[in-house]
Amino acid sequence: MAETLDLSVFVKRSGDLAHMELAVEGVGCAGCIRKIETGLKQLPGVVDARLNFTNRRLAVDWRAGEIDASAVVDALERIGYHAHPFEPQRAESEEATTARSLLKALAVAGFAAMNIMLLSVSVWSGNVSDMAQETRDFFHWLSALIALPAAAYAGQPFFRSAWRAIRTRALNMDVPISLGVLLALGMSLYETATHATHAYFDSAVMLLFFLLCGRYLEHAMRRKTRAVAGNLAALKAEVAHRFDAGGEIVMVSVAALKPGDRLLVRPGERVPADGTVISGSSDIDESLVTGETLPRKVVAGAPVYTGSLNHSGALTMRVTTAGAGTLIDEVEHLLDKASSARSRYLRLSDRAARLYAPLVHTTAALTFLGWLVAGGSIHDSIITAIAVLIITCPCALALAIPTVQVVAAGALFRSGVILNAGDAIERLAEADTLIFDKTGTLTLPEPRVENVAAFAPELLEHAARLALSSRHPLAQALAREARTRTPFPGAVEEPGQGVRALIDGSEARLGSAMFCGAADAPELEADVSSIVFTYGGKRAMFAIRQRLRSGAIAVVQVLAASGLDVHILSGDRAAAVEPVATALAVTHWQGGLKPADKIAVIETLKHKGRRVLMVGDGLNDAPALAAAHVSMSPISAAHIALTHADAVFLGERLMPVRQAVATARRARSLMQQNLWLAVIYNAIAVPIAIAGYVTPLIAAAAMSGSSILVTLNALRIRARSRVDVP
Amino acid sequence: MSVLVYLVPMALLLGLTGLAAFLWSLSSGQYDDVEGAALRILDNDDVEAQAP
Repeated sequence: MAETLDLSVFVKRSGDLAHMELAVEGVGCAGCIRKIETGLKQLPGVVDARLNFTNRRLAVDWRAGEIDASAVVDALERIGYHAHPFEPQRAESEEATTARSLLKALAVAGFAAMNIMLLSVSVWSGNVSDMAQETRDFFHWLSALIALPAAAYAGQPFFRSAWRAIRTRALNMDVPISLGVLLALGMSLYETATHATHAYFDSAVMLLFFLLCGRYLEHAMRRKTRAVAGNLAALKAEVAHRFDAGGEIVMVSVAALKPGDRLLVRPGERVPADGTVISGSSDIDESLVTGETLPRKVVAGAPVYTGSLNHSGALTMRVTTAGAGTLIDEVEHLLDKASSARSRYLRLSDRAARLYAPLVHTTAALTFLGWLVAGGSIHDSIITAIAVLIITCPCALALAIPTVQVVAAGALFRSGVILNAGDAIERLAEADTLIFDKTGTLTLPEPRVENVAAFAPELLEHAARLALSSRHPLAQALAREARTRTPFPGAVEEPGQGVRALIDGSEARLGSAMFCGAADAPELEADVSSIVFTYGGKRAMFAIRQRLRSGAIAVVQVLAASGLDVHILSGDRAAAVEPVATALAVTHWQGGLKPADKIAVIETLKHKGRRVLMVGDGLNDAPALAAAHVSMSPISAAHIALTHADAVFLGERLMPVRQAVATARRARSLMQQNLWLAVIYNAIAVPIAIAGYVTPLIAAAAMSGSSILVTLNALRIRARSRVDVP
Repeated sequence: MSVLVYLVPMALLLGLTGLAAFLWSLSSGQYDDVEGAALRILDNDDVEAQAP
């Protein structure tokens, strides 16, 4: 490559050392680690290269000045790996710190739970045989010695969150948890000091241990999906050709672009930033921006948007910020409104906590009063009331939802769906109306040759191999059909017209009808583009158009059958939407919609009480994605759409949408089952506690029993989703 | 019950040793790349380097 790639934005300097992180594509085996690491260490100046196989990231350190960042990327390219530098997001490193502190808390709670249980089992068996009171007290004090510091350390995540909730006068599940733990510890300490038989140190610490397990798993799942999403973003990140001060072209990463930069956009490249054309003219395919499949003519002064595909001529453009009245400005304005209007969704667990906490605390208070009225001593009444609080401490309840979420997110991850929002599963399960965007969502983002079957295989292969030498989008669609991925030697591209080459001595041409001497070619339908190939007297006209994602028809059918009301809302012309709607048997469809129109449709549906799942990919879909109850985007979507979607799906098939809905519904029913299990557990345990029969042994058995039960129940989602995947 | 005099401290010491070992392994980054560790063990570089 003649141009130099400027990657300085990604390099972190500390003294003489430079550090860069890269997301690496195609790492799949043990050999890759060694190949990449030893390959890079052979470069002069490289101090260290370490590949993290878990998140497919490579950290490279080198002595600044000896080589530069692009040499590292080039070296990886030579070894056979595409690597994309990226800047780790702050949120990601913060999450890594949280994960570490959660794991430490988990270790401390685990250590304390095991050692206290060792002492507790001795006390329990001693209580039914002949343990001396001194020994029992000694064991209780020893338990306190372990439990108090351990709970003070390991309970912090819960205490902090509970305190935050109380300060904002809200209730979350951590409030009853913290209260239960603190009361259990306080009462046990008092009982120990007064030489009583029962102390609940084991229950308090075991409770923390179970809850931390759930919390850590939830956190780990979120981190894993975020890391994959970060890598995908880095792989998508494109480079721009920028004119530097001296008028020379430098390749820079899109992240480094600033308003005012002058860029060159060649045919076949995507526009890297929003801006206006300074010189040149071309046809621009804005299907990723507006959904319109017909190319738009642009000349000097016309606005161009990120993600549009340049078809025919080279353009020089200037990067601008969103000016008033442009499409970007309108979309951003709508996004602000849609995001603020989105009613803050109350999670199932928070709703449960709102019901649960007052109920539990009232029951405890009533127990205290009841015992007093029935003639119990104040000491006994308080002890029994606290026992109620301990036994109701929502261990199973707090695990009921996160465990299902972790298992469901894992199942979705394996079927190619990455969740952006923590509560996406719950909202997905509630959706009853499904709105699809057409271009890029129901259809494939790249156009395909439609009439492949009409040509002799040999002719098709020649045409496709010749197409490999062209950067024109239509030629690239044809090139996908090539079985041999080597271009013909000596192929010449004539910009804006086509390519020609000598194949076995006779000339072959591929390009516009004019270029191939086929001006008499018949006109095709409006949404079909054509490319002509001539060779040895034979002529072929390839019809190229956006094709439906494979399996789209079956997926839409199944979704409709599962009770979803399917709509298509497209920014493309009605004439282009109709055949798609007919093929998918969707009766509710509209074409030619502006971003504001899409929101209007969603709002009307919302007023009717519908919960809308929006699936879209374009810049014009972003406000609708934010306005809908829940939203999904294919990974090929525009950046702004990806950031506003609750879930992103990978691959070329539409299947993940179906799987996401099915898994979410199953997850929701399991969550409800788990909540019921927790309720049943309480219905059995609370009367025992009110009657004053709870011993530490019963508390420990009930708590671990119910926690294990809900966790096992959550795992059932896994068994089902394995069967689902074909 | 005099056996408790050394049994209890020993139990605590063993538990604390385990905890300390875990915290050390955590802070030395041994859980940062668990999948990679499983594959790096298959690398024969060290063995090949020693072979004559």
